[in-house]
Amino acid sequence: MSTPETHPMPTGLWAWRYIILRRVSQFGILLLFFGSAHWGWHVAKDTPLLAGNLSASEFIGLIPLADPFAALQIFLTGHVLSQEVLIGAAIVLSIYLLIGGRMFCAWVCPVNVVTDAAGWLRNRLDIKPIFHLSRSLRYFVLVATLVITVITGLAAFEWVSPIGMAHREIIFGLGMGFTALLAIFLFDLLILKHGWCGHLCPLGAFYGLLGKTAQLRVRFDKNTCTHCGECAKVCPEPQVLNLKKLEERGLVYSGECSNCGRCTPICPEGSLMFDLKPLIRGHNAQADTIAVQRRTK
Amino acid sequence: MSESNVSRRDFLVRMAQGAALAGTGGLLWDHLLRQEARAHPYALRPPGALTENDFNAACIKCGQCVIDCPPLILKLAPAGGDLPIGTPYFEPRTGPCVMCPDIPCMKACPTGALSTELKRIEDARMGLAVIDIENCLSWKGLRCEICHRECPLKGKAITLETHPRQLSKHAMFVPLVHSDACTGCGICEKACPTEESAIRILPHKLVQGRIGEHYRLGWTFDTEITQEYKVAPDAAAPAAGKKEPAGGLDYLNTGDL
Repeated sequence: MSTPETHPMPTGLWAWRYIILRRVSQFGILLLFFGSAHWGWHVAKDTPLLAGNLSASEFIGLIPLADPFAALQIFLTGHVLSQEVLIGAAIVLSIYLLIGGRMFCAWVCPVNVVTDAAGWLRNRLDIKPIFHLSRSLRYFVLVATLVITVITGLAAFEWVSPIGMAHREIIFGLGMGFTALLAIFLFDLLILKHGWCGHLCPLGAFYGLLGKTAQLRVRFDKNTCTHCGECAKVCPEPQVLNLKKLEERGLVYSGECSNCGRCTPICPEGSLMFDLKPLIRGHNAQADTIAVQRRTK
Repeated sequence: MSESNVSRRDFLVRMAQGAALAGTGGLLWDHLLRQEARAHPYALRPPGALTENDFNAACIKCGQCVIDCPPLILKLAPAGGDLPIGTPYFEPRTGPCVMCPDIPCMKACPTGALSTELKRIEDARMGLAVIDIENCLSWKGLRCEICHRECPLKGKAITLETHPRQLSKHAMFVPLVHSDACTGCGICEKACPTEESAIRILPHKLVQGRIGEHYRLGWTFDTEITQEYKVAPDAAAPAAGKKEPAGGLDYLNTGDL
């Protein structure tokens, strides 16, 4: 990696801050579930801290949480959803509407750890692609999930989800679910780069559709960007870093961005950074005036 | 061939390709799901579970029932096992349901796959105890009756019946299960002292028959009288005039005797 003289690259742990935070978040959430199930973590008598798993759970015995995609599937099997699941799904849905749906993928989902590892190793080994697949395939898988749910009367994705399998088996006892993780690892490593998370996973597609309303976004400063392309090299969804669209909007707008934060420390110019959406316009205007001043000096 | 024809052909082929991809993928997925859901008909569900198909559809596989079960007998079926993936079940031989009166597993269920329509644990129907009379110690003539003594609904779900024994003055005391009271908790299966339990819990549909509507057990109710006896009209009012000589065996009816 070349370090330009003008803007010192962040070094050491600071450059890894988002990946460290993401792992802390992913394993921390897993630990909360695990501790509540096995080590008796509780807030009061008979009130576990976080009982359940990512499909549905109850936080401190009061706040129900539920996977909105799982709830949608169960609804489509023809079952009236209970109040608890409805409230839980609404809570989770509103959180992700606020921070960006695919933050689930980068900050919560346990499979992300596996696919990140596969992606990193693939880059290291410089494995060439065998074939290309449209990233829109996941939306077709999403539609297929819902159609098959209606036809079979079974929540189609929940029965085959490697995310569910992995998470359940870590918390409730090991089975063959880890083979699904192994399959995803090999698929991502040797067959298709970012194959599972970037092309197939219907849950990611579902959350991607919720991305538009996100208030936490990556801001783009067109004045400092040198079009070096370092960001697109590390981004697991590089299509969201389309320069034309970035310049138009001044932020990463696509719902497919998972707010993983890889691009922000890697940018040699500091042109990409997390910001709150309502402030982005103001900050970009500020950056524009500074740039104009610099040029006229 | 004109250009518009080529593009139309291309379009149709692409459509067919897309449909074929969706169709084959969808059929495989569909097959996998149905296989998985019908993997094993022997799963014993926590109390209040809906019927198997509804339960499989409604269960979100979150495991909150597993966490809230006081004796910790519930498990979630792992991938690659015999049972529908991710759904809760219990194995009575190692961990029977202890029939908590407040039914905490059912209360923990967020989706209603364990239905709150179950008000009393005695009304739960997790399965039905079935006795293998060839291997039951009581049926062999020993005084065992452990299942009867351990049964939480003893006298209702399991009763002891006397049964004569060949060449012996002593009767056998054999356990009998009554489906109208047995909850399928499996405490009997756990308690059975034989090497392989001679009393087991099975889902009702695997063991229970149904006699059907057309059998009338006449002795169980009073039959309504549907017609009164009436003397046939010609016998009641014989034609006036000459009395015909009785023919054949009919002389018994002539009243001359």
